[in-house]
Amino acid sequence: MARAVSTRRTVVFTIAAWIVALIIFFPILYTIITSFKSETEAIKGFNIIPSGTIESYQAVQAQSNYFKFFLNSVVLSLGSTLLALLIAVPAAWSMAFSPTAKTKDILMWMLSTKMMPAVAVLVPIYLIFRDTGLLDSRIGLTVMLTMINLPIVIWMLYTYFREIPGEILEAARMDGASLWGEIVYVLTPMAVPGIASTMLLNIILAWNEAFWTIRLTTTNAAPLTAFIASFSSPQGLFWAKLSAASTLAIAPILIMGWFSQKQLVRGLTFGAVK
Amino acid sequence: MNLRTLLLGVSSAALLCGFAHAETLTIATVNNGDMVRMQGLTEDFTTKNPDIQLEWVTLEENVLRERVTTDVATKGGQYDIMTIGTYEVPIWAKQGWLVPLDNLGADYDVDDLLPAIRSGLTGEDGKLYAAPFYGESSMVMYRKDLMEKAGLTMPDAPTWEFIADAARKMTDRNAGINGICLRGKAGWGENMAFLTATANAFGARWFDEKWTPQFDQPEWKNTLDFYVKLMNDAGPQGASSNGFNENLALFQQGNCGMWIDATVAASFVSNPKESTVADKVGYALAPDTGLGKRGNWLWAWNLAIPAGSQKTASAEKFIAWATGKDYTKLVAEKEGWANVPPGTRSSLYANEEYQKAAPFAKMTLDSINAADPKNPAVKPVPYVGVQFVAIPEFQGLGTTVGQLFSAALAGQMSVDDALAQAQSVTTREMTRAGYIK
Repeated sequence: MARAVSTRRTVVFTIAAWIVALIIFFPILYTIITSFKSETEAIKGFNIIPSGTIESYQAVQAQSNYFKFFLNSVVLSLGSTLLALLIAVPAAWSMAFSPTAKTKDILMWMLSTKMMPAVAVLVPIYLIFRDTGLLDSRIGLTVMLTMINLPIVIWMLYTYFREIPGEILEAARMDGASLWGEIVYVLTPMAVPGIASTMLLNIILAWNEAFWTIRLTTTNAAPLTAFIASFSSPQGLFWAKLSAASTLAIAPILIMGWFSQKQLVRGLTFGAVK
Repeated sequence: MNLRTLLLGVSSAALLCGFAHAETLTIATVNNGDMVRMQGLTEDFTTKNPDIQLEWVTLEENVLRERVTTDVATKGGQYDIMTIGTYEVPIWAKQGWLVPLDNLGADYDVDDLLPAIRSGLTGEDGKLYAAPFYGESSMVMYRKDLMEKAGLTMPDAPTWEFIADAARKMTDRNAGINGICLRGKAGWGENMAFLTATANAFGARWFDEKWTPQFDQPEWKNTLDFYVKLMNDAGPQGASSNGFNENLALFQQGNCGMWIDATVAASFVSNPKESTVADKVGYALAPDTGLGKRGNWLWAWNLAIPAGSQKTASAEKFIAWATGKDYTKLVAEKEGWANVPPGTRSSLYANEEYQKAAPFAKMTLDSINAADPKNPAVKPVPYVGVQFVAIPEFQGLGTTVGQLFSAALAGQMSVDDALAQAQSVTTREMTRAGYIK
């Protein structure tokens, strides 16, 4: 009897989980479906069975060079993630293992920078980029994306590092490990799941960042967000082409997320259950 | 080494040097059919000008406007050519942000540009600050079959009274037919473009000669009352969210008896590949109320050179190519006369082949010619612009007032409240900006 109830509960929870997952995923699914419709079909209203035409993909490829935008997205998201980790690992180590009275305040201050609307600093940032020759450059945008995501990266790593017993690091120090050796050979390997999930999340955030990547680039450094933006039209039908462009833009990150979901979940729940 | 080898070597080196010194023009543009077509045809330009390469930045209209404004105001120099509207040209020219187009070449034929379009792009010094790529006005597009069914005949120059009567008679909500589809989505370039132009026909104006807002005057009350009642009786559901594209989709699907919007829409609704009613569409001038002004606007997408560009000579060459008569012929040859960018040159409308391919050509020309940006309203005004007021403050003001009028259409506030708030907001902003002393 108890077993039957348990099975029924499992079935109910599984169905509920699938329904929730479908609701969350549906906008993406419908974008993919719309990309295989003609423009006339796309505006007809809700319809989940497309005609299967690939004319929108052909139009998108004919109008823009997808691979140029794709390459920029890869360089910017990986570059900004690596740079952020390079800064965030020592910062999080210092806050987790050598906290001062002001550590909590500094963490809160860092997080508070995320609460400011980006548009508030658009003109100063634009002027700085103009004067330093960084407009439309991958280097400039990599630094910008690093700065935007750094507070979240430091917060996540700080949370993971706090779960690692300080005694292990002390033991390493007693064995003669230098500060560098302590971080690289002791702390980092122990925090690999946390670092991996932080990395993945940062790549996703950088890949999807659309405010700065559209406003600080023109042609050379423009990533896939700018590619999508170019298919919205003030006069004319564009839903199918926009959906095709969006599908092409999200496909790589969707595939990466699918294959790394185990690491992502493990990292995000790291330390949550003792 | 013989002479031939030497010459070949020298020529190759010269060619390589040529490529090495090729100048790259960065062009910011919006994504619409005519602009995308131009991108596809630029090989003609680069073949004729091998020392110039082109890079395109295509963005959504509002993002483009924000980006090019930031760039031109800070002299960022990111773009060599910008696609800007008739609203920006006089303001930016006055600020010294645009390079005057003095060297478009002897073949350019500036006098062939339609006078109404040209006047909107000419600065106070008489110089041309942008060249029109395509121009548009607004007109009535209607279903001939539904008009006939209602027992009416659309005149070439209808009145608002006739339009309202026809819209109510054509409405059959059980069959999914709305008598009229009009813009309701808030925005200075959305519902306020339509309502400002319509208000001109009702004798209203944004400001009097002393820049005092006029929303407390009876003409505005008549305009907004008429619009809201008409849309409630004969408009589509959720009209307060409908802009150009939403109404285009409704009309193409056969859900609208009439649609008053940009003349450029005529090529979409008459295209059998996109429209289910392509063979049933008729055209008429935008309506009036007998006061001497029609509710038709004037707009053009133009190519201009920002003052920050270091490549003005090459940029002018490109603008002369893209907006010249030969480009029209090139498009006609490659894509047919119906796809030629409309509304900029008199010679296009004198062309019989174009008239044959575009049945809406005459109505488009008449609509453009009927618009007068320097005297848009029945009463005198201190501003330029038919469906906008060419002052920097208008983008913000127009959108705020547009939100109030959109709320009145949605039934979230009364017409009187919307007008009272519009008057109060506009008076405050104009005083703050120094127009009202």
